[in-house]
Amino acid sequence: MVELIPDLFSFNIAQAPIRQGFGEGMMILGKENSDVVGLCCDLTESTKMGDFAKAYPDRFVEVGVAEQNLAGLGAGMAHEGKIPFITSYAVFSPGRNWDQIRVSICYSNNNVKIIGSHAGISVGPDGATHQALEDIAITRVLPNMTVFVPADAVEARKATIAAAKIKGPVYIRLAREKTPQFTTDETPFEAGRAYVFREGIHCTIAAAGPQVYYALKAANDLSKEGIECEVLNMVSVKPMDETTLIQSAKKTGCVVSAEEHQITGGVGSAVAEVLSKNFPVPQEFVGMPDHFGESGEPNELISKWGMDSKAIMGAVRKVISRK
Amino acid sequence: MEYSIRDLEAKANEIRQDIVKMLVTAGSGHSAGPLGMADVFTALYFGNVLNYDSKNPTLWNRDRFILSNGHICPVWYATLAHAGFFPHSELASLRKLGTRLQGHPHHCVLPGSENTSGPLGQGISQAVGMAYVGLKMKKEPWRVYCVVGDGELDEGQVWEAFMFAGKNKLRNLTVLVDRNNIQIDGFTEDVMPMEPLGAKWESFGWHVLEVDGHNIKQIIDACNEAKAISEKPTVIICHTIPGKGIDFMEYKYEWHGVPPNKEQAREALKELRTLGGKIRSEHE
Repeated sequence: MVELIPDLFSFNIAQAPIRQGFGEGMMILGKENSDVVGLCCDLTESTKMGDFAKAYPDRFVEVGVAEQNLAGLGAGMAHEGKIPFITSYAVFSPGRNWDQIRVSICYSNNNVKIIGSHAGISVGPDGATHQALEDIAITRVLPNMTVFVPADAVEARKATIAAAKIKGPVYIRLAREKTPQFTTDETPFEAGRAYVFREGIHCTIAAAGPQVYYALKAANDLSKEGIECEVLNMVSVKPMDETTLIQSAKKTGCVVSAEEHQITGGVGSAVAEVLSKNFPVPQEFVGMPDHFGESGEPNELISKWGMDSKAIMGAVRKVISRK
Repeated sequence: MEYSIRDLEAKANEIRQDIVKMLVTAGSGHSAGPLGMADVFTALYFGNVLNYDSKNPTLWNRDRFILSNGHICPVWYATLAHAGFFPHSELASLRKLGTRLQGHPHHCVLPGSENTSGPLGQGISQAVGMAYVGLKMKKEPWRVYCVVGDGELDEGQVWEAFMFAGKNKLRNLTVLVDRNNIQIDGFTEDVMPMEPLGAKWESFGWHVLEVDGHNIKQIIDACNEAKAISEKPTVIICHTIPGKGIDFMEYKYEWHGVPPNKEQAREALKELRTLGGKIRSEHE
């Protein structure tokens, strides 16, 4: 078990947008590593690149609304020894420029970090066009790519710093809205590792992004019914920590995956790929059910489309009945 | 090594012969573009335009050459072999299992390359990224050269890259356009009209030059002029004949993406060796 904040289910839990952690990570990297450069497509403030741009104007490049060029510029700069962090909304990068990410970045194994902000349905009122629900699928399918889906702002900061140390392409998925800040500076983070955030024996919940907190909440509520869930933080979607996942599945005998992404091809699919090969157990998938999103408040959408703690609780009951 | 223009023309002819041999051996690949660009590639690699050391292909101050329209790679591979980046005999492995000469160039395995290309529009963005680092961040003396196709200009990404290079006044960047007027579906002006082409770059803040893409001296002179332009990037529109040097291929868009068969290759090689019947071939 890892260290989290003490009063996990306090009504007054501190909240922060996950993207804010990226901005803080960039400021630390700016100081530590002069090769780190930032590129952005006319979304500098909202992707939280603004502080870096002000502090290191010589290492910040405004690309304009041109995400395909963004990916190519990043590849060219990486070829010359820089560590470019290319940022936009996830629907545009890696959404619009996927071919450039595939060929110029991944096939060439260029050291580019792709930061997709405003991912998930929790973007809210902007509607389906701006709700990236496919980005994990299209990034994790690419050879050479590492994929991180941080659960809160502190973890996003750690993921950003870790990404700079990895030699090769990395995708980091960020969310716009404030979500509970429940990990601490001491909570461990390492590429390729999953972490047990709560121990249990009846069901494993393998979650990523804001759904990790919802999973903890679901586990807490289910405990009152006598169901003890083990909650895994699958922040490193690729490479995935097969050992931790398989160990947990062996212990609990069933799995619920939870993410703010299409069920097809996302974290749940990655979990199923590992388990079906190594230790097949019943699995239920919490995520977007092959549908586009819509306008609404983040919490309304999360609840309507079944990606909140209530949905996770339902999936846990169902998967246990299938054991 | 200093070559006379005559030597360079002979080198371009050898490269054309290699292209025909590579394509007929591979049994697939592109003919028209590579043949049309043999003079430009000869000028770049043997006309003292590019600074490179084939025995040390990652030398820090080398000029960066980026091929953006990767499908014309047979001309690049033949040129790189002649320049000593890898053995000439390796040309026969084009498109074969295990080769370093992939159907479209792959940077991670190809000596003398800076980028992977094939999907159009991607090389130019990388070239611009490299030029930005060289000029603005590292302030190093090397230049960036990028070849793009004219059909490739249909891609929106290239204009994103041109706009960015113009804004940032990347004077260390020279783009050479293969203006051969053909693409897969037909003549460029039928598929997607792009004239006036030079005016487009001028409006994007570029220095524009136009040359006969088969006049090696003109190509070298234009590249040297580009080096002297100190406030903006340069584009050299190279007017070329697709399939140049082989009568039955010249000007025909049908030869964009197909290789010659054995009979056609024999005929093509004979025409190249005899310079279109002007001299007797020693192979006859």
